[in-house]
Amino acid sequence: MAEIPDITIEVSHLKKSYGSLNAVNDLSFSVKRGEIIGLLGPNGAGKSTTMRILTGYLPATSGSVHICGVPVASQPEATKRFVGYMPENNPLPDDMRVSEYLWFRGRLKEMPRAKLRARIEEVLELCDIKRNRHRILGHLSKGNKQRVGIAEAILAEPAVIIMDEPTIGLDPHQILIVRDLIASLRGRMSVIISSHILPEIEATCDRVLIINSGRIVAQGSPSELRRDIFGHTSYRLELAGDAASLGGHLAAIDTTLKTISLSEPGSDGFFIASLMTEATADLGEKLLQVLPGQGYRIRSISRTEPSLEDVFLAATRRSWDARLPDKKNSQGDNRAPLPKA
Amino acid sequence: MRHYPTILSQEIRALLFSPITYVAAVLFLLVMGGIFTVILDDYSKQAQEIAPAAIFFNSFWIPVFFMVPLLTMKSFAEERRMGTLETLLTTPVSTAEVVLGKFSAAYLFYMLLWGATLGFHYILHIYARDARYLDSGPLIGGFLFIAISGLLFIAVGILASALTRSYEVAAILTFTILFGLIFGLRFLGQTNALNAEVLQPLKASVDTLQILSHVEDFTHGVVDTRQAFFYVTGAVLALIFSILGVEYKILNS
Repeated sequence: MAEIPDITIEVSHLKKSYGSLNAVNDLSFSVKRGEIIGLLGPNGAGKSTTMRILTGYLPATSGSVHICGVPVASQPEATKRFVGYMPENNPLPDDMRVSEYLWFRGRLKEMPRAKLRARIEEVLELCDIKRNRHRILGHLSKGNKQRVGIAEAILAEPAVIIMDEPTIGLDPHQILIVRDLIASLRGRMSVIISSHILPEIEATCDRVLIINSGRIVAQGSPSELRRDIFGHTSYRLELAGDAASLGGHLAAIDTTLKTISLSEPGSDGFFIASLMTEATADLGEKLLQVLPGQGYRIRSISRTEPSLEDVFLAATRRSWDARLPDKKNSQGDNRAPLPKA
Repeated sequence: MRHYPTILSQEIRALLFSPITYVAAVLFLLVMGGIFTVILDDYSKQAQEIAPAAIFFNSFWIPVFFMVPLLTMKSFAEERRMGTLETLLTTPVSTAEVVLGKFSAAYLFYMLLWGATLGFHYILHIYARDARYLDSGPLIGGFLFIAISGLLFIAVGILASALTRSYEVAAILTFTILFGLIFGLRFLGQTNALNAEVLQPLKASVDTLQILSHVEDFTHGVVDTRQAFFYVTGAVLALIFSILGVEYKILNS
């Protein structure tokens, strides 16, 4: 394999339309070597179409895609050598044995015979399907089929791995295995996965792209997304003391720190306070240091983060609203305007 | 063409593992065996002017109508329906290699089955103990015709399969095109519709494209390069259209 550049995937102003329907609309992003990217989006958002364009299977209407610096549109056969692809639903020929299938795919991917034999052993081991190597693909369970699909995708040690819904239809135990498998690729290969299962993406991905109606509505690491979309962090405190002067003490810790709600004190004098701040740093330690000094007794403190699900819902909902007048962001990136909390 | 051997061996393997292949083979040998028996029966009743092999090859269209669709219908339609065409075309193979690989595998199988009918003539030769029954002239001519016309027939089957995702449709389409080529052109040549003065060039070309008379020429030892040219160019065209068809279907997938 030739030297892998630092930027493995570069997509700029990608568009794909079917007649009047724009499946992908002015999409731009880049992926670094060794990064795991999650592609999130509702059904029909253009995830699969984007992935198919990246693999060189579908031609784009306009825009450009470079895989390891090579343009996909003009040299698809060269870029296909850099890509391992597992399509949605992972189609496999029913009548082949696992090892036969991997051999056939390895030969198609131009692996020399001697190397291929050793590599098949390696991926069978890696994906934990060594026991099933002589079984017929059509007789395998869904989880095992999925592992064969992943084994096939990483077989030729490509620089880029693209997996469309790798965990669809698996049970929680198998999802965990597949997730570990994907995480084990971190650092060596760039991985793009799409999924509906949000905790899934959160657990494995370094960066998330949320796509809706063919455009990126939000991107960044899960924690960045939370901040971007919601712009605040909440804390939940259980404490006893003077509820009336709490606001003043909080403002001394951070100017944007406010109480949203206070519960009635219970029989033991403890009440629950919900706090909100726009500060990015974790204020938990400061709260614990300052408040007892002011005579408060703290029983519990927790930081409540919006789940990726909330982020996803907020981002995709906002983008629907923002879609009708085709607004251009002044910063030049292709995000839809973000909601204000 | 680096991946051609890989795809060809994979396709041959797939044909060997598919029950449809064996159905086609058994049907073919049954039908051809039946035809051969009927021919021998006629010969035992009264003397005939032409060799049994010539009559045997004249009925080539009977197996072509069911065997070519059975051998080719699954090639692309099935892969497209299963989704494996997508995984296949995201490896560094070109569509041309895939089309050629599938075509060659089906063609090899087609020729293998026809080759098996050589056994009929051999058995006749052994039992009759008469060298005259194994008339090599019409046999060689007949097989040459089968080999050359098979290129076109199989290519038509591949083309039909490349245009649809249902193999039933592919099979019916193949049958229809083959019927049009073999009998449609013959009917067209026999009607009076083309007798007008203006249509004479058209009539002349229709008259030269009579596949049923080509087979007679071949078995009588007349090997016309114009006829061979027709089959070879037809096959090449059908394969080119198959490549375009596969790529066109992807554009609109």
